[in-house]
Amino acid sequence: MVKQESESANRPDNTAFTQQRLPAWQPILSAGIVIPGFVLIGLAFIGIGVALLVTSRSIQVLELDYTGDGNGSPCSSCSQSTTVNCKCSLNFTLDTLFQGPVFFYYGLSNYFQNYRRYGASKDDNQLYGDLSYFTSPSSSCSPYDYDGSKNPIVPCGSIANSMFNDTFTLTRTVSGKTDSVPLDGKGIAWWTDYNVKYRNPSVTPLKNAFNGTVKPIDWAKPAYELDTSDASNNGFVNQDFLVWMRRAALPNFRKLYRRIDASGDYQNGLPAGNYTIDITYNYPVRVFNGAKKVVFSNVSWMGGKNEFLGIAYLVIGSLCVVMSVVMLIVYAKFKFPDEE
Amino acid sequence: AKKFKTLEWCTLDFDRRVDSRTIYVGHRPCPANEVFIPPKFCDNRIVSSKYTVWNFLPKNLFEQFRRIANFYFLIIFLVQVRVSTFCCTKQCYSDFDILPQGYEDWLRHKADNEVNKYRVTVLEDGRRIQKESEKIKVGDVLEVDEDETFPCDLILLQSSRDDGTCFVTTASLDGESNHKTHYTVPDTERDVESLNATIECEQPQPDLYKFVGRMHIYKNNEEPTLRSLGPENLLLKGATLKNTQSICGVAVYTGMETKMALNYQGKSQKRSVVEKSINAFLLVYLCILVSKALVCTTLKYVWQSKPGQDEPWYNEKTLKEKETNRYLNMFTDFLSFMVLFNFIIPVSMYVTVEMQKFLGSFFISWDKDFFDSEIEEGALVNTSDLNEELGQVEYVFTDKTGTLTQNNMEFIECCIDGHQYKYRDASSEVDGFCVTDGPMNTVQQKAGRVSVEREELFLRALCLCHTVQVKESTEQGQDGQVVPPLQEQRGFIASSPDEIALVQGAMRYGFTFLGLESKTMKILNRTNDVEMYELLHVLNFDPVRRRMSVIVRSISGETLLFCKGADSSIFPRVKQEEVEKIRMHVERNATDGYRTLCVAYKHLTPEEYDQVDSGLREARLALQDREEKLMAVYNQVETGMNLIGATAVEDRLQEEAAETMEALQGAGIKVWVLTGDKMETAKSTCYACRLFKRNTELLELTVRTLEYPGKRREDRLHDLLLEYHKKTVQDAPPAKTRVASQDFGFIVDGATLSMVLNSSSENNLHDYKDLFLQICQNCTSVLCCRMAPLQKAQIVKMVKNSKGSPITLSVGDGANDVSMILEAHVGIGIKGKEGRQAVRNSDYAIPKLKHLKKLLLAHGHLYYVRIAHLVQYFFYKNLCFILPQFLYQFFCGCSQQPLYDAAYLTMYNICFTSMPILAYSLFEQHISIEMLLENATLYRQIGKNAMLRWGPFLYWTLLGVFHGLVFFFGVWFLFSNPALQDNGQAFGNWSYGTIVFTILVFTVTLKLALDTRHWTWINHFVIWGSLAFYVFFSFFWGGVIWPFLRQQRLYFVFANMLSSVSAWLVIIVLILLSLLPEILYVVLRKPRGPYARQVVL
Repeated sequence: MVKQESESANRPDNTAFTQQRLPAWQPILSAGIVIPGFVLIGLAFIGIGVALLVTSRSIQVLELDYTGDGNGSPCSSCSQSTTVNCKCSLNFTLDTLFQGPVFFYYGLSNYFQNYRRYGASKDDNQLYGDLSYFTSPSSSCSPYDYDGSKNPIVPCGSIANSMFNDTFTLTRTVSGKTDSVPLDGKGIAWWTDYNVKYRNPSVTPLKNAFNGTVKPIDWAKPAYELDTSDASNNGFVNQDFLVWMRRAALPNFRKLYRRIDASGDYQNGLPAGNYTIDITYNYPVRVFNGAKKVVFSNVSWMGGKNEFLGIAYLVIGSLCVVMSVVMLIVYAKFKFPDEE
Repeated sequence: AKKFKTLEWCTLDFDRRVDSRTIYVGHRPCPANEVFIPPKFCDNRIVSSKYTVWNFLPKNLFEQFRRIANFYFLIIFLVQVRVSTFCCTKQCYSDFDILPQGYEDWLRHKADNEVNKYRVTVLEDGRRIQKESEKIKVGDVLEVDEDETFPCDLILLQSSRDDGTCFVTTASLDGESNHKTHYTVPDTERDVESLNATIECEQPQPDLYKFVGRMHIYKNNEEPTLRSLGPENLLLKGATLKNTQSICGVAVYTGMETKMALNYQGKSQKRSVVEKSINAFLLVYLCILVSKALVCTTLKYVWQSKPGQDEPWYNEKTLKEKETNRYLNMFTDFLSFMVLFNFIIPVSMYVTVEMQKFLGSFFISWDKDFFDSEIEEGALVNTSDLNEELGQVEYVFTDKTGTLTQNNMEFIECCIDGHQYKYRDASSEVDGFCVTDGPMNTVQQKAGRVSVEREELFLRALCLCHTVQVKESTEQGQDGQVVPPLQEQRGFIASSPDEIALVQGAMRYGFTFLGLESKTMKILNRTNDVEMYELLHVLNFDPVRRRMSVIVRSISGETLLFCKGADSSIFPRVKQEEVEKIRMHVERNATDGYRTLCVAYKHLTPEEYDQVDSGLREARLALQDREEKLMAVYNQVETGMNLIGATAVEDRLQEEAAETMEALQGAGIKVWVLTGDKMETAKSTCYACRLFKRNTELLELTVRTLEYPGKRREDRLHDLLLEYHKKTVQDAPPAKTRVASQDFGFIVDGATLSMVLNSSSENNLHDYKDLFLQICQNCTSVLCCRMAPLQKAQIVKMVKNSKGSPITLSVGDGANDVSMILEAHVGIGIKGKEGRQAVRNSDYAIPKLKHLKKLLLAHGHLYYVRIAHLVQYFFYKNLCFILPQFLYQFFCGCSQQPLYDAAYLTMYNICFTSMPILAYSLFEQHISIEMLLENATLYRQIGKNAMLRWGPFLYWTLLGVFHGLVFFFGVWFLFSNPALQDNGQAFGNWSYGTIVFTILVFTVTLKLALDTRHWTWINHFVIWGSLAFYVFFSFFWGGVIWPFLRQQRLYFVFANMLSSVSAWLVIIVLILLSLLPEILYVVLRKPRGPYARQVVL
């Protein structure tokens, strides 16, 4: 500050900066630029919009609700009973080939995974495989940090505890013979979640790491036995667990369950035929007026089916074109006053 | 300050007399009958810093919380401590605010210490002791050497000069660089060490030029001698000793009681109109915030009351939550929502506004157009708080002398006994005197010149009746051989330039003032003889008397009184038969715009002189009402004088004064001239400045127009006011067509003004003040003459508080303008010749009046546009920042789930969006400076706070709402199917927030880019740099597992988002959709834009 004062006492510097005369670009949005610009943008947007819409239309989606609300629906008995591993099955018929790769989602509605308290109820250190957090889970997991007899719960917290535990198998009936459709459960979670963010403790066998802890209250099996068929798909890096732990943004959401393994008959997707989904019905949603569904969908370069983007691009693209026409009329009347 | 108060109370206890203090010189007990009790005064520490280490935090916080905004921040901070979500944000902001203040205070502490630790010499018991300045006590006898500043207020006891005088310069106090003579107290000069005396003087008061006291000197049990003390005996702290080897003095006022310290305080803080707008907007946003929180809390409980929703099995409450009282829960929920949405209040705006003002004000002091090569100085910014106010000025109050005019006096002509003498060119006439047109009065047909005696008497009067000093550097060698000095070489110093002009005028006609030496004035007359006059008394000039006199005794023993002063104060005091001869000249000169003074003289008989002499001495000794008593004596002496003649001095107009005034009027600013000068002089200046034009109809409300036969002045005033009111207000065509209609100029003088201002209580029909104000407001220019300084401030205050509270600006250069400079919204000081008082009290100081044009039209305009845009933009960008977060509550069960990650919430205002707007608010020139200067009318477009009214605010708010809705629902539609990647994987809630946030940052920045009309490389750098930084930061923040974070929410979210084509597409389309209306607005507005308007006008 002292320096400034002594400067101002002398002749001020005659630089472009101090005299506010820095060379400057002074863009003027004149009609000559804006109208062609709008036309170009509009046309480009319409093009993208059409492409998006066409792509989106070409994506096949099959949605089947299995909540079991109505009496006629296949899972109504399961939805009313409280039996563990209640079985029910859904049938559907495909008339044409369901183009592959086919993704198998489960969907929940009116389910608030984005509830703040729910979202905070986990312990990232524990899930990173830090054993010290096994014995003393973070208090944010409460009330799922300790069970009734003060044993620490691993993995703790509401999110883990409420992990989706319905399971599905898909079978195809071809000329009386049932053939189970191979499902691939690998790579359904984010790569970084599987490889970096979630880790099992480096204890072998994994079971020993969980000594002195109990499984989440609503879980049937402990974390190290989630996948009995694949030993590497257990603990915190279980793909289903990872998918569940990535909280959905909105109360109606779908999560990836499996991919149809593109092999054998299913090279090109699901061929036409009669299919049955056998459901192990465990997950209660009717208490909070929720719904459950299974979704088959294939994806394109833009992801899953979503008409919104295509429509948005079309609308805004045509809006731009219309605007440029309006502007053209306006400027024609005013004879481009600033072009002179 | 508090300490000082309590100490003062102590002194009052000791002192029975409330209004004076007693000082024991050298702390020596006096032989008087009183018991010596060493009285306690405050020490000599100067404390200009506001805080100490101990009270910095509480005191600073208290000051901060006086703003509503800051108080709000405190509340939110306290809530956050509990919720502890994003504490660090607020901490940053409060640190931002506190740090610069702390730094400034530290600088002040340093400066204080430098002063307080300065070594001074104290004479104690005959020894010289070095002490630190802060240890000086009242009563200490100090020795000060040449070129040292006085460490406290001193009474001069002894000087190294023979004549008991010393010279000081008060440049650092009031800027007057001339040497002032101060006198020792008689009888103390010889022996300071053994001096036994007490001083009784008034309690400290801030007036630099007033001091009353007396000294009792005790000598060997004699009766104590009494000496009067006046300002000429007092050496002020801060002044510097010059041309004198050393002096001794006794400290009378120390530390915070010195006149300098008392003057330092009490400059009130001015707040700009923009700040008021910000406060209003802030209240609106606070309401929005509270209602949002209320809506969410209500909805939350409505939603929870539905079966199964309050506590679904997957999301059980903890035991603690279940046990808490329901209403307490509601309240904490409400507070949590407040915290969640509190980012809608643009906290960082305050920091940015402060920075913008502080940095922006440098452009004023850097501007080379404001540099004046004559005084080697540029503009000075004392307050940066008011930059934008310069763009809002509606009324300019200007002083005349020194502001409109140069205050560079030149002797033009004089008139002796009715004969006019005009000085043309010294070389063409032998004696330098020439008669131009002889007597003005046709009755007095005596052609030819008046007697030489009268001429010489007149010139002697000019040479003697003044307080001018001869500059020491051009001192004469030996008294015996007088070298006729070259005119140009002779330097004079005086407090008023008129006096120098008169002395120089006399010099041209052959009478040269050689100087004052030990009470003897020497004059070199036409025949190169030195005439000596003993200076007996100086009857000082003051603005009330408007005249000054000297009493001198010539060699021949004659006692003469010479008096010069304004015609109005001289004419009643001279023999009336002489007046008429002169009056005509005076009036003619006045209408020509010259400053006129009349000169009179009087012979004093020895008896008369004795009477005067004793009267003056008596009055000077008086401790109370000294001024009044002196005045009475002055008035008694200055009667029955003989008028000799009159002088006319030209005060030339400032450079480009007329152009500046015209530009201001073109900018829709009303210019009022407030001057203490005569009406005729002021009027002619107004014409010269084109404030009054040929077709301007002048309405006069002066003492002259009030004199109407057969009517009381009050009645006449009433009639005139009504008549003028009818003319200007009632008959005036509606405002739109007024440009072409009749211009009115209004002239009022001080006496009439005080009648108007004081009459409101008596008159029950009309409030004169209102009528007067309405008339004034409908005139293009108003001239107020014969104003006392306080009246100037009264006028400013009246206009300031009138309907619509217009923004006022005062510009002046002298001490008499300080009151109006302080009163107006913006005070401008001209670095003129009348000292630095105006500059010190101003908000901005410029070297010349002509700089006012650029200061207002270019700088003011730009600053206003910049800061207005800054404010609106900040509110807008925080609204569209928080609105999606609010909307998200409807989709997450009103659970206070933040949409954005905490890092984004914190960084949004600090890093991602703050720099572009700061750069904009420093460099934007929506219209180039040249254009602004050429077209003064552009200034009108931003008048009346045009960009911060409710209309524009509503526009920005709606824009923010629109953007917020687009961001949120655009992404919401996209997330109807969260499987957005081509590998079928789904996105979660943090991806949702990150997409919205990315759109937000880009839209808000590009919106600013659209508004930027002036792209310097800094703008480019900052705008594109912020966006790049955002992308870089997001990668970085999401690319690392941060050990200090409890939840790795954003881990690879941003990178994953970019791997999705849909996310890219939605970001692009939503940005375009948000900006589309803005682009259209910019394009379609153009035909009616500012450029087009210039063509029309």
